[in-house]
Amino acid sequence: MSATEIRPTTAGVLDTKAAPKPRNMGQIIRWLLLFAGGIVMVMPIAYMISTSLKWPWEVYNVNLIPEEPTVENYLYVLEDGRFYWWFLNSIIIATATTISALFFDSLVGYTLCKFKFPGRTLVFIAILSTLMIPTEMLVIPWYLMSQSFGWLDSYWGIMFPGLMTAFGVFLMKQFFESVPDDFLEAARIDGLNEFQIWWTVAMPLVRPALAALAIFVFLGNWTAFLWPLIVTNSTDMYTLPVGLAGFGDEADVAWELIMTGAAISTIPTLVVFLVFQRFIIRGVVMAGLKG
Amino acid sequence: MAELSLHKLVKRYGDTEVLHGIDLSVKDGEFVVFVGPSGCGKSTTLRMIAGLEEVSGGEIRIDDRVVNNLEPKERDIAMVFQNYAIYPHMSVRKNIAFGLRSSKMAKADKAKRVEEVADFLEMTTYLERKPAALSGGQRQRVAIGRAMVRDPALFLFDEPLSNLDAQLRTQMRLEIKKLHQRVGSTIVFVTHDQVEAMTMADRIVIMKDGHIQQVGTPEDVYRNPANTFVARFIGAPSMNLIEADSTGDTVRLPGDTAVALTAPSGPVTIGIRPDDLRPVAAGGLLTGTVSVTEPLGPETLIYVDTPAGEMIAKASGRTPPLVGEQVQLGADIADLHIFDRTSGLAVR
Repeated sequence: MSATEIRPTTAGVLDTKAAPKPRNMGQIIRWLLLFAGGIVMVMPIAYMISTSLKWPWEVYNVNLIPEEPTVENYLYVLEDGRFYWWFLNSIIIATATTISALFFDSLVGYTLCKFKFPGRTLVFIAILSTLMIPTEMLVIPWYLMSQSFGWLDSYWGIMFPGLMTAFGVFLMKQFFESVPDDFLEAARIDGLNEFQIWWTVAMPLVRPALAALAIFVFLGNWTAFLWPLIVTNSTDMYTLPVGLAGFGDEADVAWELIMTGAAISTIPTLVVFLVFQRFIIRGVVMAGLKG
Repeated sequence: MAELSLHKLVKRYGDTEVLHGIDLSVKDGEFVVFVGPSGCGKSTTLRMIAGLEEVSGGEIRIDDRVVNNLEPKERDIAMVFQNYAIYPHMSVRKNIAFGLRSSKMAKADKAKRVEEVADFLEMTTYLERKPAALSGGQRQRVAIGRAMVRDPALFLFDEPLSNLDAQLRTQMRLEIKKLHQRVGSTIVFVTHDQVEAMTMADRIVIMKDGHIQQVGTPEDVYRNPANTFVARFIGAPSMNLIEADSTGDTVRLPGDTAVALTAPSGPVTIGIRPDDLRPVAAGGLLTGTVSVTEPLGPETLIYVDTPAGEMIAKASGRTPPLVGEQVQLGADIADLHIFDRTSGLAVR
């Protein structure tokens, strides 16, 4: 339909005039909701950055723009040797856990998806059921395990609960469902063993899922607080969130320093997201192609 | 190249037996096509030959080796799948070379072999492309290339043309036939399309419900079908089947036409190919009214309602009978097929 309305004038000549666009209330509401959602998402980040630029005396003011912006907090945090150590701990733990989860989750997901063996469904249900147990309930058995294996206050102790995730197994299994068996059988005929088939043929076909899982696992471990707090004792073993929470003294919490550390710590998460995001988008685009 | 023999081959899924003792010998360099309706067991048989399905009973031999318990890679076979199964994340070159991954050939020899195969399949200019940038026919060529590159003893094709459009299917049919003529390999090809089977095979294996119904050359299964199933399945349009009664030397057709024909006494089924049934001026086997005509150019198919049911016949393309016209349909006695009505087996 054209948006141009044609109507006769008093002189009998046709007059063309652009008709006003009908107001689409649904669209307006959608935009308003999106705007509100955007505000809810962005405001905490905006406040984090704003607070990181404030002097201590201004921290409890709700103004978004600091009266006297300063980078002193950044200089203080970056000059504090502990920050680099926590940052390194977080990088090592989040990276190692992500690589491990990608490897094991996809291996187990692939096995549960592509191999028929007695008890397969039972194993899958057992893995899935662990998703229903909250972390708060698991920390005690984790702690006892760590204690008996001598893993307290070590990288291994912080990492072991996340080396394989039930969610990742579920996600990868679902994605492997979309890989046709013919690909795997063709590789089998071409002489590859089962591990090679998984690694060479199946894994490249689920790259978007791997990218999504990498983002989830990395962010999850980067921001993990409760378990690292419980399992670590020495300041050197702290991860970034645990270390940042300790800024300040017993009398006062140095929010401006915590927010500064938090602002710096978002940089790796942004990098991870930007790196893996293109794989997700490419995967979606490839899936849409037809022969 | 290799000989293949199946001896009393059985496949069971739990308590359900889906292949009931298949016996077949495929000669060295022969092109054998398994054909049959969905669920007849043709793909299962092929997958058992490939080693992708376990053998529940019987024996598979490739040349003199019993391969029942060998891994697919140890059988010296290559397989082309219905959906091509070429890897979307690899270029055409890598896809073709993939077949040589486990080969002990030198790297340079592998590269040369890939070039040779690509040249043979006229895919040289597409070697660096990804499968997403190829047409369906080109993808199928890549799949064939990956199979060819290993120079296997036995080629297996699992409905490789099903995903192609009609024109491309005809073209690929020809190319696979040429490939066979040039390479001379033993080929086992599975299809549900009887036209593919007829045009490509040295011998056709017609299957139904896990049993082989007939094995023979295309001419043989067309001219001398072993039973009413083969008679109906092979040939397009299908053979007309008429229930009749025989007295030994005379067969009485519906409409009370008596035909001097030697057949076992009792109820029989008479089969007449539409090609052999034509409108005649007088002395026809059946009389009826034309209900539908299908002009094919040089000839016209006519569907005629007769006392024996709807018959399909061929008429001249220039002066076909019109819809509603009364016609007599006649055929040479020599072209009539006689089947036992109870067992469905051919008696002549």
